[in-house]
Amino acid sequence: MDTLDLARWQFAITTVYHFFFVPVTISLVAITAGLQTAWYRTGKEKYLRLTKFYGKLFLINIAMGVVTGLVQEFQFGMNWSDYSRFVGDVFGAPLALEGLLAFFLESTFIGLWMFGWDRLPKLVHLGCIWMVVLGTQLSAYFILAANSWMQHPVGFRYNAERGRAELTDLWAVLTNKVVLVTFPHTIFAAFMVGGAFVAGVALWHLIRRPEVDKAVFRSALKIGASIVLVASAGVAISGDLQGKVMTEVQPMKMAAAEALYETEKPAAFSAFTIGTLDGSKEIFSIKVPYLLSFLATGSFDGEVKGINSLQDAYEQLYGPGSYKPNIPLTYWTFRLMIGVGMASAAIALWLLWTTRRGRAPTRWLIYLAAPLPLLPMVANTFGWIFTETGRQPWLVFGLLPTASGVSPGTTSGEVITSLVGFTVLYGALAVVETKLLLRTIRGGLAGTDDPPAEEPPDGSPEQAEKPLSFAY
Amino acid sequence: MELTTVWFVAIATLWTGYFVLEGFDFGVGMLFRVLGRNEPERRAAISTIGPVWDGNEVWLIMAGAATFAAFPEWYATLFSGFYLPLFAILVGLIVRGVALEYRGKRDDAVWRGRMDVMIAVGSLLPALLWGVAFGNIVRGVPLDADHEYVGGLGTLLNPFALLGGLTFVAVFVTHGAIFLALRTTGDLRVRANRLATRTGAVAAVLTIAFLAWAHALRGDSVSLALMIAAVVAFAGGLVANVLRREGWAFVGTTAAIGLVVVGLFVALFPDVMPSTLEPGSTLTIVDAASSPYTLKVMTIITAIFFPLVLVYQGWTYWVFRKRVLVAAS
Ligand code: HDD
Ligand code: HEM
Ligand code: HEM
Repeated sequence: MDTLDLARWQFAITTVYHFFFVPVTISLVAITAGLQTAWYRTGKEKYLRLTKFYGKLFLINIAMGVVTGLVQEFQFGMNWSDYSRFVGDVFGAPLALEGLLAFFLESTFIGLWMFGWDRLPKLVHLGCIWMVVLGTQLSAYFILAANSWMQHPVGFRYNAERGRAELTDLWAVLTNKVVLVTFPHTIFAAFMVGGAFVAGVALWHLIRRPEVDKAVFRSALKIGASIVLVASAGVAISGDLQGKVMTEVQPMKMAAAEALYETEKPAAFSAFTIGTLDGSKEIFSIKVPYLLSFLATGSFDGEVKGINSLQDAYEQLYGPGSYKPNIPLTYWTFRLMIGVGMASAAIALWLLWTTRRGRAPTRWLIYLAAPLPLLPMVANTFGWIFTETGRQPWLVFGLLPTASGVSPGTTSGEVITSLVGFTVLYGALAVVETKLLLRTIRGGLAGTDDPPAEEPPDGSPEQAEKPLSFAY
Repeated sequence: MELTTVWFVAIATLWTGYFVLEGFDFGVGMLFRVLGRNEPERRAAISTIGPVWDGNEVWLIMAGAATFAAFPEWYATLFSGFYLPLFAILVGLIVRGVALEYRGKRDDAVWRGRMDVMIAVGSLLPALLWGVAFGNIVRGVPLDADHEYVGGLGTLLNPFALLGGLTFVAVFVTHGAIFLALRTTGDLRVRANRLATRTGAVAAVLTIAFLAWAHALRGDSVSLALMIAAVVAFAGGLVANVLRREGWAFVGTTAAIGLVVVGLFVALFPDVMPSTLEPGSTLTIVDAASSPYTLKVMTIITAIFFPLVLVYQGWTYWVFRKRVLVAAS
């Protein structure tokens, strides 16, 4: 493997790994904030206990998100220095805005929230976690704006003399039509993960320890499963919009999503195909007529361009070469994203139904507790692999091929060191964090029932005496 | 002032903030296991940085991102050139961050022991390697005409840069010990205070040697004045520490670290990555800068939001200003 392939593997591994934690953070912090708000408004103890329990799980998760995010920030320079030179003028701006507006906010207020239970007035403390929610949303928005610019560059001009893209309109970058659909889709997908996590944990408790804190976990199950359902509707609607934007700005990606070689009008969507996906042979395929046309254009008999004609058109435009992404990969990841993700929504619906009006979940449902959160997480990964590999061979669509972005001076030995190093470290940390999560989940609500005291007056000896609670 | 200069100053400010703030976190991370004789003391020591370390680390993220946005060439050359040290720094910061957050999540001595080692190593390694990296930036590294780094790992491990690494470690240890003395009580406080005096003497010698060498390599009267001021501030801090005026001691080490970093950046200006090969290959702020439009919008946005960040980060330190007590065991 050459440096380019190694760098691609390394980026894929570290980013996919970062994105295991990110959706959990984005959604779980908002759910925790919601629970704490419910406690603040109603004073019901169960909400406080759930806040503390899920808040603790959230803290375990975010620690991993933060440290893996650190690598994200620097690896553009390490492995993709020519890319950084080419795009820095444009791409650097949303990244810097993310740091300035989001990361400072998140990291500062999370410290205040963690250690502030006994030190801050209740309302201020509640405000702190909402600031973290705001931070995660801003963070997602800016980084997705940066990513969307790579999918569909806008608001820039090419400076031939310096051989780079230069920003001409920051607002255009921040309101790129791709980010406007990508942001809701990603956020809803994140809520599917978080809702499923809350529900999965609650389900495990209800079945394993049916008598312990039953009422509290029943609420959690309902809240979590409902969030999954609402979010899955949001995901489907925004995904449909995204399909249309994608067809417009990256028609090759849509053709690759269906492995559609010849232009069709109307085009069918195949749920499943056995055969070769290079278009030559098809042994068996289940097709839904008109669906692809609808997904791509919004009309049931719209024309969807095929890979072959797009390849010809791109050669005219960009010169000779292959402009096809890895078709089997895009075909299957697209289907798996939808299928696996929607399976979790079906499970959530089923759980709500079987536990309706006080019914207890049957024992075998425990086998759904773990898959429930894992399914949307896996769907997210497939979605990103589809999005990012479907953009190939471009790093910045139409402007910079992936092969031109890699660091010219970096040796394969260096990239192997970091590739192996990060993979091993991440593997080890995955074990540590999973064990800690499971332990904490098993521990349940124990220790969450001491309500935080009101803040003692400033400077009173009592205040200095208070040990820092909750985290350390 | 030209916008390129403004952004050079902004980046110098971010690194200064980073080393002043994370400097004491690193120091506490390296020391707490040694200074804390039992679990309650260790927990108290680590709690002094608990609410703030993540916010302090964002100064680094911001320095990286601001460099990317304002000087893409600098970002590209620096981080691809210093590949392996940066990789090791990232590993250190990852291990440390996870351990800081997970340490208290299990009541188990073996678990805590492992986390403590991770915190100590994860604090030492980045402190050392940032010193090495800054030594190299100031000294200059081999860059070709495309501003690509053409040296190897060995090139980076030269005596001057290694001295820089040791200086950073010694200064951060002292800064961290003084911070601990300022933020804790009882025996722990006394021990931290005494340790700071001892490590401070070593740090002072290293700092003087490093700064004198740096000045010989590159430097003008302004950077010299700043470096002398840094040494004076550090000495003042140590005297205050001996007199058990911990607040003033902390002001002293804070000022010293700030002045050293600012001095190094002043010595560097207007270059950002001097080349040891040909003067023409040196990367300057002008070669590295983004377009005027990008610098302009980023300046406006930063001018609005950065003060806000300072306000709420400052507020955090205010909320957690009380000394942390060692829980009765
Ligand atoms: C729980 C996860 C999940 C689920 C159930 C779905 N998606 Fe999705 N999808 C994602 C999670 C995701 C994602 C990981 O969040 C992606 C990757 C990039 C992005 O913007 O979102 C994504 C990308 C993505 C893209 C590519 C955008 C681009 O490359 O420009 C399209 C067209 C869709 N999705 C469409 C859909 C449709 C029509 C769905 C079903 C009704 C659907 N997604 C369900
Ligand atoms: C939103 C911010 C993101 C940015 C700026 C970004 C940027 C990049 C860059 C620079 C590359 C390397 C060049 C290449 O091989 O194409 C890449 C590749 C890749 N990214 Fe992303 N990425 C982002 C998010 C994600 C996420 C969240 C995932 C997955 C969870 C992901 C998955 C991948 C994969 C699998 C590749 C390898 C593709 C290939 O080489 O064929 N990306 N991305
Ligand atoms: C390749 C591009 C990416 C970069 C450069 C990046 C950078 C970072 C950094 C530096 C952090 C740590 C912040 C801290 O110390 O507080 C972080 C955390 C975070 N990132 Fe990423 N990230 C990337 C991809 C993504 C994507 C695609 C999303 C969301 C859609 C995202 C959302 C978040 C969130 C919400 C956090 C904070 C919570 C957590 O870490 O779990 N990031 N990221």
